[in-house]
Amino acid sequence: MASVGIATTPGTPHQRRTRSRRSLTPGSGLALGISVVWLSLLVLIPLTAVLLSAADLGLKGFWDVVTQPQTLAALRLTVLESIAVTLLNVVMGTMLAWVLVRDRFPGKRLLDLFIDVPFALPTIVAGLVLLTLYGPKSPLGMHANNTRWAVFLALAFVTLPFVVRTAQPVLESLERDVEEAAASLGAGRLTTFRRVILPSLVPAIAAGAALAFARAISEYGSLVLLSGNLPYRTEVASVRIYGFNQDGNRASASAIAAILLIVALLVIVALDILQRRLARRGD
Amino acid sequence: MSIKVSGVTKKFGDFVALDDISVDLPKGQLTALLGPSGGGKSTLLRIIAGLEDADSGTVTIEGNEATHLPPQKRNVGFVFQHYAAFKHMSVAKNVAFGLEIRKRPKAETEKRVAELLELVHLSQFSHRLPAQLSGGQRQRMALARALAVEPTVLLLDEPFGALDAKVRKELRDWLRRLHDEVHVTTVFVTHDQEEALEVADEIVVINDGRIEQVGTPDQLYDEPASEFVMSFLGPVTKLNGRLVRPHDIDVHTTPEDSLGKAGKIVRLLRVGFEVRLTVELEEADHPDVEVTVTRATQRHLNLEEGLRIWVSPTNGARTQSPIRAVN
Repeated sequence: MASVGIATTPGTPHQRRTRSRRSLTPGSGLALGISVVWLSLLVLIPLTAVLLSAADLGLKGFWDVVTQPQTLAALRLTVLESIAVTLLNVVMGTMLAWVLVRDRFPGKRLLDLFIDVPFALPTIVAGLVLLTLYGPKSPLGMHANNTRWAVFLALAFVTLPFVVRTAQPVLESLERDVEEAAASLGAGRLTTFRRVILPSLVPAIAAGAALAFARAISEYGSLVLLSGNLPYRTEVASVRIYGFNQDGNRASASAIAAILLIVALLVIVALDILQRRLARRGD
Repeated sequence: MSIKVSGVTKKFGDFVALDDISVDLPKGQLTALLGPSGGGKSTLLRIIAGLEDADSGTVTIEGNEATHLPPQKRNVGFVFQHYAAFKHMSVAKNVAFGLEIRKRPKAETEKRVAELLELVHLSQFSHRLPAQLSGGQRQRMALARALAVEPTVLLLDEPFGALDAKVRKELRDWLRRLHDEVHVTTVFVTHDQEEALEVADEIVVINDGRIEQVGTPDQLYDEPASEFVMSFLGPVTKLNGRLVRPHDIDVHTTPEDSLGKAGKIVRLLRVGFEVRLTVELEEADHPDVEVTVTRATQRHLNLEEGLRIWVSPTNGARTQSPIRAVN
């Protein structure tokens, strides 16, 4: 029996490199070139321009802009609310995905369809909806206008689909016999969820959380109507950028933009590391 | 009796998967539940494991009433066709799972896992992830995982069904040897009669939600209780209005006695050491007879297509009247 299934050693890096070089046909080389140019035009060059524009201020000027009390307040509000909304999404998004995959109930298809509405809706329309519902003339009697709840509501609304849509396909692909195996080995439902299902879901949830966070720190349209944009209280970073730009202060606007960019990158990298770790750890 | 199933019925909607099944599975033995796909054998296994609830009837395991126990409380080991590996855990972690659930001391768990990995020949792979193993290795890991909790009974649902022919055969021999070593009451589901005949101490033939016959491999093969059992356990052909196995037919090139029926070889197919003949009888309305002879017999008698021969059932051959036996 010891002869069964001798493990194949994975190809060495050297072999892999030669193989990929051979498969890089002229056609795919062209596609690669176009992709790089396209990405550069759309993403890399504008990002560099923002950073260069911020660099006009010099290190001292940059520091002064981002440490202005009003700017700091806006950045703090943006990052904290985004973290809160991301955490909310991790819980609610996973639950929604679970319900959509595992439960059977009338109207399930419709609910599934509605998940994408916040994503598909133009953000300013979302802002208008929220203003109508929770504004000064709220039919529900809930007045969130000019409060930090307005920001939270708007962010929760627009980031809803991300975790649901990343966790859903993974949940669907989970085999039921794995849960049955855990059960026959003595694991209760909670233990099975924590030790068997959740570890498989974590990478997807982390990916969804990263997207939700990135979306949240950059949000503008959906919260601008309801939050009132009160300096020190409900003004978020993107509104601050808008303000600086309106005042003709392009460099300061770019400085905040650069900060947002760095925060977004940090969070995405952190979640990526987390997801790799958890996916490998095994319990 | 280790497992006692009484009057179990299970329906899925209108489909009757199990129809009032009663069977006793002996302690310490290796029993096969054999039957065609959709016959209910997997459902029976899952009901014994508690993964499925019976609509009516009872299950007792080692004298303990288990009908309403959840799978967690039945202390059964279950092995699935598609391994059901915990993909994010290493091989060792997979095997340790049941012991960790039972909060065994760490040192004890480690020792037991090492022993089991030794038993299934996976010691050198303990730190691998299941995805880095072959199908056969994964199934051995699943077996070690199921054995780790020292189950009262070990249940295997088409355990080798997803493996290729060669590995399947190796694992089958190995399961037999493992069982001789471990002696845990084992029940496995298969639709492969060769697998059942080769591995099992006892076979339960299940078809259409009912038990057709229970017996040792020899009993089933030599004394099938019904046409179904006879034809499911091996090839059959019809001669003189009775079912008979193609290798239980004598071939003569001369009319030796009055029992032999004259016919012509219309097709001859050689598969390895075996030669399969299709014989068209001269008797009107008699269907063609399939006969299997050895290569040596073929050479000895110079059998070839178009040759006139006489066929008769071998002395003492088991035949079966083609009317379903009522039990």
